[in-house]
Amino acid sequence: MRVALFLTCVNDALYPDTGRAVVTLLERLGVDVDFPTGQTCCGQPQYNTGYRRETEPLVHRMAKVFAGYDYVVTPSGSCAAMVRDNYPRIGAKARAEGRGTALGKAADALVPRVVELTEFLVDVLEVTDVGAYFPHTVTYHPSCHGLRMLGLGDRPVRLLRAVRGLTLIELPGAEECCGFGGTFSVKNPAVSTAMGTDKVRNAASTGAEVLCGADNSCLMHLGGLLHRQDQPLRPLHIAEILAATEQDATATEPTETVIPA
Amino acid sequence: MSRTFLGMPPFPEAAAVSTQNAQLRANLTHATHTIRDKRARAVTELDDWAQLRQAGQEIKDHTLRHLDHYLLQAEKAVTAAGGTVHWAADAAEANRIVADLVRATGESEVVKVKSMATQEIGLNEALAAEGITAYETDLAELIVQLGDDLPSHILVPAIHRNRSEIRDIFRDAMGRWGRPAPDGLTDSPAELAEAARLHLREKFLRAKVAVSGANFIVAETGTLVVLESEGNGRMCLTLPETLISVVGIEKLVPSWRDLEVFLQLLPRSSTAERMNPYTTLWTGTTAGDGPSNFHLVLLDNGRTDTLADEVGRQALRCIRCSACLNVCPVYERAGGHAYGSPYPGPIGAILTPQLRGLQSEVDASLPYASSLCGACYEVCPVAIDIPEVLVQLRERVADQAPGHRLERAAMKSAGWLLDHPAAYSAALRTASRARGLLPRRLPLPGPAKAWSDSRDLPTLPEHPFRDWWNSRPNGEDGPKHDDGKTGKDSAAR
Ligand code: SF4
Repeated sequence: MRVALFLTCVNDALYPDTGRAVVTLLERLGVDVDFPTGQTCCGQPQYNTGYRRETEPLVHRMAKVFAGYDYVVTPSGSCAAMVRDNYPRIGAKARAEGRGTALGKAADALVPRVVELTEFLVDVLEVTDVGAYFPHTVTYHPSCHGLRMLGLGDRPVRLLRAVRGLTLIELPGAEECCGFGGTFSVKNPAVSTAMGTDKVRNAASTGAEVLCGADNSCLMHLGGLLHRQDQPLRPLHIAEILAATEQDATATEPTETVIPA
Repeated sequence: MSRTFLGMPPFPEAAAVSTQNAQLRANLTHATHTIRDKRARAVTELDDWAQLRQAGQEIKDHTLRHLDHYLLQAEKAVTAAGGTVHWAADAAEANRIVADLVRATGESEVVKVKSMATQEIGLNEALAAEGITAYETDLAELIVQLGDDLPSHILVPAIHRNRSEIRDIFRDAMGRWGRPAPDGLTDSPAELAEAARLHLREKFLRAKVAVSGANFIVAETGTLVVLESEGNGRMCLTLPETLISVVGIEKLVPSWRDLEVFLQLLPRSSTAERMNPYTTLWTGTTAGDGPSNFHLVLLDNGRTDTLADEVGRQALRCIRCSACLNVCPVYERAGGHAYGSPYPGPIGAILTPQLRGLQSEVDASLPYASSLCGACYEVCPVAIDIPEVLVQLRERVADQAPGHRLERAAMKSAGWLLDHPAAYSAALRTASRARGLLPRRLPLPGPAKAWSDSRDLPTLPEHPFRDWWNSRPNGEDGPKHDDGKTGKDSAAR
């Protein structure tokens, strides 16, 4: 099985820990995972803001970079949904506008192989107990694209329930949007903030220590609010919980790979 | 659309004001959450909901594809049944037709059945300019009219008002419009309803002319259909001598059989009722029963333009149930007025700019009034993919509006960077190195300021992920060159 990690631009630039966690987790489960460094961004921000033609080169790039892999695993429901839902549309429109079929073919070749991390674990590897240990109280926010476009259902929750030491507390109003919405968060900052404030209030009301999600973009927005409001609740990507082991919990020093300057 | 909505500020500004209104938000949250929970229960009662929804979608799509045929069929049937059909290309023409028809009766007042189409064309204001007073008879519309307010919800136009606000409106304004509110009116629902009943009864008994819309027109028989909960509409549809119905051309269904689908989809989606309490159907005129003059004004007002758009035309499937409003997190915070049109919420964000065009600032801002969370699509009984239409409309805004030039330039340069991984990697590293300089709130104008007015920016990590990957011992034979090629072959097995 040839598996590539599509980390997404947000995670690469801002949340490398999530990327490390995905690699650690998948390798622990016996998956040999590759990270093709030609990858950049799936084009979701451009496409959702109305710049469809600007995403076309990125569709080509994604198809090229991830050609030949059986699975392209991503720790972002919204980027997986971007590929699966919108790439075919972008291809079809390019064709309708008389720009050939190449884009559509590129999209078709990629779409069926792109899976979100929790889908990959539950559906492809068929595991729910990934051998993780995380002795904390956690509440889970299912991001909209994972929930509604991908239909992740209870996969993330099943994975979390199997983590030893973890206490999962249900999030009130879990299925409501957190208000991030990509450029929505800057184009409509007042509404976005009002939505996020309600979300963090609900999350804080659970008394959990950790606000878990499967999309760091939403967590960045919610984390920004939590930080501004001085709330103790800590946002954390599900991959980082699933990668955590007893060893991590007892280690005194964080074991980080040293990166040459 | 209604002149009363013109001059609204663009959505983000209007919404920034309404999100600060705690009372408004409390009223809206309470009302939308109550009805959305009820709707969910009403829908799960039917195990064939998914099939019904698909049937609704297919009937509407079929009708829209053959609209010319069904419109002519309906015109013929209405005429044969003793009604008169008028065609209105736009709001001005529709208003003119209605005003002339009312004037021909010699009357100077009309009673109205709640209707979105007449709000869309600003009929009440147009009639007022001709010296004709239009009395709203739907309870919520009455509250809006007495309060000199604008509707903020399709189904519950006064959703933004609570009981004590309504009591005050009745007490202060009823007398100016007719029978005053009883002395010592409290805010108990029964007393408020009784006050409205007494006030409206005078209007029903006096009125010679009524104006309505319609939820559906059955093409084969020329039958119009109105669904309602209160029964006030039925009073208007049966008591007066003249009935004028203003109906959008997309409201057709081919046959009575098709109604079966919508009589299930609409009540459950809108009021969460298994069936709406009052369903009134009328076909032309019948001697000695109901109005003796019937006029149907078929309204285009941007609909054929919308029909021409392959993606956007699905908005014309809308049956105005308002389910999408009730689940919309943006609507819940911003309120209906921020949308600057009688059609608020998700459907308003795609319908209004299509009917009115994208020229005005408020219309160009509407396609962005969504986080694309998809909750609207999930509940829509005719499966309108609202997020898909929103994105497509954003494309049109980005193409047309000069204000988007800067944004496009930014998207273009980001696009270049994202298509050149070596430059992209270098940019990531530069950003990481400059991380100490980056405050968590930014004083500069622009997107980062909009972000950091309320939220702290994330701290940049010491290194991007790709540096860690490349530094791994087993990553050594990995791709060192950011050439856009796939990764190392050894690992890719
Ligand atoms: S778009 Fe769908 S959910 Fe919204 S009002 Fe129309 S029919 Fe109802």
